[in-house]
Amino acid sequence: MADVLMSEAQTTDEAHHSSTGLSNEKLAMWVFLGSECLLFGGLISTYMFNKDRIGPDDIGPSDVFDIPFTSVSSFVLLMSSLTMVFAVSAITRGDLRSNRIWLATTAALGAVFVAGQVYEFTAFYSEGLGFTTNLFGSAFYALTGFHGAHVTIGIIMLMSLYVMSLRGNLTSERAETVEIIGLYWHFVDVVWIVIFTIVYLFPQ
Amino acid sequence: MSTVNPPQTDTPNMSTPVQPAAEAATSATGVTEANGSHAHPTDWLYVKVAIALALLTAFEVFTYFESVHGWSDTALIVMLVAMMVLKFFLVVAFFMHLKFDAPIFWRLFVFGVVLAMVIYMLMLTAFRYW
Amino acid sequence: MSITQRTITDPATIGTEDKLALPAGPAVATRPLGVFSRPQGSEGWTSWLFTVDHKRIGIMYGAAALFFFLVGGAEALFIRLQLATPNGSVIGAGTYNGVFTIHGVTMVFLVIMPMAAAFANYLLPLQIGARDVAFPRLNAFSFWCFLGGGVLLTSSIFIGGWFQNVPDAGWFNYAPNSGVLFSPHKGVDFYAVGLQITGIASLVSAVNLIVTVLNMRAKGMSLFRMPVLTWMLLITQFLLLFALPVITVALFLLMFDRLWDANFFNVAAGADPLLWQHLFWIFGHPEVYILILPAFGIVSEIIPTFSRKPIFGYHFMVASGIAIGFMGWGVWAHHMFTSGMGPLSVAAFSVSTMFIAVPTGVKILNWLATMYRGRLRFTTPMLYAVGVVSMFTIGGLSGVTHSIAPSDTQQTDTYYIVAHFHYVIFGGALLGLFGGFYFWWPKVFGYMLNEAWGKASFWIMLIGFNFTFGPMHILGLQGMSRRIATYRADEGFAFWNMVATIGSFVIAVGVLMFLWNVFFSTRAWRRAGKPDVGPDPWDARGLEWMTASPTPEHNFDTDIEVERFDDFWHRKYGRNEQGRIVRAAKAEDIAHDGSNTNVHLPSPSYWPLVLGGGISLVGYGLIFNLWIAALGLVFLVGALYGWCLEPADDPDAVHSHGAGHDDDDHSDLHSKPVAAEASHAEPDPDPDSQNEAVSSG
Repeated sequence: MADVLMSEAQTTDEAHHSSTGLSNEKLAMWVFLGSECLLFGGLISTYMFNKDRIGPDDIGPSDVFDIPFTSVSSFVLLMSSLTMVFAVSAITRGDLRSNRIWLATTAALGAVFVAGQVYEFTAFYSEGLGFTTNLFGSAFYALTGFHGAHVTIGIIMLMSLYVMSLRGNLTSERAETVEIIGLYWHFVDVVWIVIFTIVYLFPQ
Repeated sequence: MSTVNPPQTDTPNMSTPVQPAAEAATSATGVTEANGSHAHPTDWLYVKVAIALALLTAFEVFTYFESVHGWSDTALIVMLVAMMVLKFFLVVAFFMHLKFDAPIFWRLFVFGVVLAMVIYMLMLTAFRYW
Repeated sequence: MSITQRTITDPATIGTEDKLALPAGPAVATRPLGVFSRPQGSEGWTSWLFTVDHKRIGIMYGAAALFFFLVGGAEALFIRLQLATPNGSVIGAGTYNGVFTIHGVTMVFLVIMPMAAAFANYLLPLQIGARDVAFPRLNAFSFWCFLGGGVLLTSSIFIGGWFQNVPDAGWFNYAPNSGVLFSPHKGVDFYAVGLQITGIASLVSAVNLIVTVLNMRAKGMSLFRMPVLTWMLLITQFLLLFALPVITVALFLLMFDRLWDANFFNVAAGADPLLWQHLFWIFGHPEVYILILPAFGIVSEIIPTFSRKPIFGYHFMVASGIAIGFMGWGVWAHHMFTSGMGPLSVAAFSVSTMFIAVPTGVKILNWLATMYRGRLRFTTPMLYAVGVVSMFTIGGLSGVTHSIAPSDTQQTDTYYIVAHFHYVIFGGALLGLFGGFYFWWPKVFGYMLNEAWGKASFWIMLIGFNFTFGPMHILGLQGMSRRIATYRADEGFAFWNMVATIGSFVIAVGVLMFLWNVFFSTRAWRRAGKPDVGPDPWDARGLEWMTASPTPEHNFDTDIEVERFDDFWHRKYGRNEQGRIVRAAKAEDIAHDGSNTNVHLPSPSYWPLVLGGGISLVGYGLIFNLWIAALGLVFLVGALYGWCLEPADDPDAVHSHGAGHDDDDHSDLHSKPVAAEASHAEPDPDPDSQNEAVSSG
């Protein structure tokens, strides 16, 4: 028994060693994001494939899109990525108060984006584009709604972090948790960069 | 934008802050070493990236309204895709730290992105979509 | 640090029921929501419900897969009974559609995949010398989520009357047959929802196991010292990781079509139903390799052991697996040669399909070369492994005939296809997995399965298999269409169909003999007073044999340091002065005896079970009533928060490392000395990976 313990003591320095030197959680998040690419890729290509499969008199993309409005909400989401990196940067240097401020700002900007999306959906619906109206409607709502659900989950996670921070559970030792949730948030943002260009800005 | 200023060294683990003035535009110097493990870019670098993103977005939207007279749809799409890729790269490389982080993250993510693009473009090609 | 952790002293829980309980010191109960105390202990049936031990989860995967195998097998027998004679009337045509669909779905998603997951869970950490997977609770969640999805799918057989609401559009569920118009009952809803749930399970498991292999390897276990099985499982997980989102998209669209009248596959609204075929097969072809690669890995462990030679061309073996993993993405449309894609697509996918036969052929040749001039011992696992090599070769060759598009056009939707994929999936994957059962049974349960019964059941199964599926080649070339409920007497299909039906019952006898063998061997072992089988009964090569049998809860007594490929074997054998290989040490002397009780292990948790159950409830709710889904959502959200607030490990475990670690990777599953003082509370696991794993469904 004693020699067992001895050999353990010798390997203690290795006890927290991971083969790549990276943390499991962060690696898992990147692995997961790699998988998410295929998910959004499928939805985006489904949209591209289906958006023009509508009748000549059907309501189509150019009938409903309000580019100035969507541009503003896209910009809001883009800037939430900036506030997110500020949050990570704040907690890394131990500035918990700034971290909280930036987390809340990020969540708020995300909420503005989601609210904009809800407004956009209601506006489109009142213009006659329902989920079941035609293929464009189904594909558009499925894609943007799925993205919106991702943003919403991101907001919930940010708010959870905020509450954790208020209760003193989010210290600079756990900066990586914020960083990992930030990765998710930025990923949702880059997906929107792609959606915004392909869905909204491509010439119809 | 007070928090954009260089950090206070109030935690023992942290590196020496770099003055904003000392940070050149290149990412190489816009980076501080933390814990000796991997580098963290500074807030000022993030702001510059965000400005670039904002400008790109503005230009994207501009093409929509002005539709860049005389440009064909194809040229417009190529330009939009180029800007999209640039924005994508900026966020992934800087905000998601891939430029500074372990290469395995980069490989995993790029594999996912490239695979998705190849697979779905092949699929649309099989549909004679283009 | 974390207010979710409160230390209470409860000496009664220390060392009483759990020989691997925490070392001396106060026990800790955490009450994440202030209500529940954390499950404790490792005995009794409840400890299985809340376990996060990768070995127990592996065993549960295996048991569940065997159960579903019996269900799927019974369905297969119904199919064969119906087709035994011309104008069969055992089950009606409508029921027949349901039976063959649920047979396919069950066998692919609820048998082969979880059986492979059983081996992945049990063996992967052992083979890389780790204490557990990277995320033990996520691992438990994967199992419960899989089981929830499997139960949901299987319950479609009897909900609302026998075979009234069973999926009936084929396992690949082509649109528009899967639409409400052609399948008005809830069967396809079960399919769409159930497969999304099992997909979430597999995706989470894939992330978990990838991180485990990348990050949790023992010291010195570089990637190219990993056993071939570990490699094949890793490639399988990558395939799952990237393939599952694709079918998730397809199922998601299908679900919207069916439940909320979307138009994705609505031809009347201008949709192209071919979109489903593309999405399905983009997933479906990597899925084929997801099914077969674990069996390839198992065979690559068994054959060297019983040939007493190292695997021939290890690097080629790994490289061909990786090549299959890459090329598997570029061949999907060979399932669609007759769908009217156009000659260019057909030609391109035809060529890529021919190419993918090359890495598979490399594997076959390497196994043969491993056996060549080896000291062969034809034990039951070896028989199964050789069975895989030969049967898979037959299936692979008929697969090559499919790559030739004109020939495939002739064969599409005939029994020739049925014969082909049963030769690769039954003759390849399933035989391999059964061989794995025999091979690792002593490691898992501490006693051998009876060899005589094992060999007998192997031969019965192999003979029955060839009598069942061999004739289907002929039937297919004669023109018998698959998925038909009856055929006329004058079509000339009667004889071989009768042969196939008899063969299928022979298989059933073989499977029952396997089950009897399990019962018989267990009873014999108990009556003999539970003799110790020893750590290494087969004189094998992998690290999993370097610990006691059955594997102790903490896997290895000390951290292992690996110096080369097949490290355990090299510890047992050396060369003498003449350069001949001689035994240098007994396995018992090298292997850990499992006596170390000072290992800190991840603590059991309620939340994986609650989360998995919640997801299953959401699934039923989507099909039947959204209020049930809301209830499920409550469970789901509650479980997620309970999970995130609960530390991954009991927090006051002895930590040898000082402050300064800000990452909570679970590599503290490595052993810790008792004497260490310094401890910091474990940070909560970050909530993200769990959250998104759920959201992606």
